[in-house]
Amino acid sequence: MSVRTPPEPIGPYVLGWAVLLLLLGLSVLAAYEPIGPIFQPIVHFGIAATQAAIVFIIFMKLRGRPSLKWVFAAAGFFWLMFLFGLSTVDYATRSGFPLK
Amino acid sequence: MFSGRLQEQYTDSAQQSETAQLGMWVFIATEIMFFGALIFSYTVCRIAYPEQFRLAGHDSFILLGSINQAILITSSLTMVLAVRAAKADQQRMLVLLLAATAALGIAFLGVKGYEYAKDVAAHSVPALDYVFKPGERRPTEIFWCFYFVATGLHAIHLSIGIVLVLLLTVRAAQGAFSPDYDAPLEVIGLYWSFVDTAWFFLFACIYPLGRAGP
Repeated sequence: MSVRTPPEPIGPYVLGWAVLLLLLGLSVLAAYEPIGPIFQPIVHFGIAATQAAIVFIIFMKLRGRPSLKWVFAAAGFFWLMFLFGLSTVDYATRSGFPLK
Repeated sequence: MFSGRLQEQYTDSAQQSETAQLGMWVFIATEIMFFGALIFSYTVCRIAYPEQFRLAGHDSFILLGSINQAILITSSLTMVLAVRAAKADQQRMLVLLLAATAALGIAFLGVKGYEYAKDVAAHSVPALDYVFKPGERRPTEIFWCFYFVATGLHAIHLSIGIVLVLLLTVRAAQGAFSPDYDAPLEVIGLYWSFVDTAWFFLFACIYPLGRAGP
């Protein structure tokens, strides 16, 4: 026998979708603005990270009460920090790179 | 309250679904590392050769990349609404939303294929058929290597997702899912949304470069 629960509200999903599309539009507009080589990656990766956070929280359902899922999701980024950190140390201290 | 598909090691279907989702999160953690390493290598080369990456990125097709991102965002919405439909026991809506998700995934691949054809026509295929434009040097080929490897791997991930969603569609049409049994939908939904997320970062790496002049 099925246990029927009231459908989840559709609002957060539609709102998340709309904001994601808005951020896509913002990203395209920003691509044509001369914001300089420093701010360019900050803006675009910032928008990508915001979009990713929206998908993780709303579409992948990390919102709500504390859950073991949070630990598993955070673990990927935790180890990614090590990968980025240690690899950066390698490239920052290398001689002869970049090649001329 | 238990469905026939509840495995004996679980107390109830909610616990079974939660455990399956945790398994997918472990896999997603490895995928974050996988795409993270790819994007790190891109970052190193972009910092090393900023002007060359700017020149190379200018030749990518931002309109097609944007259309594809909009398609993926919409497919994430249809996928999550499909899971919602299963929980509400809306069987017909579930099948329709799953089919829409797969169709959007196929549309993405169609646009990507068209974009690849345009890249080939523009002689942007490194090593095989690459023509240097004014001001370009060898590092522009690194950009295009990243482009084809990253977008190719993403397309493989999406293709796997499409096959899985099509299988779910067939099973949903047979009435396999109910409010008591939606674990496969939840798990594949997580995978689908993650593939969407990976595209956001690939988009930021590839398309905005070199559009606003020097």
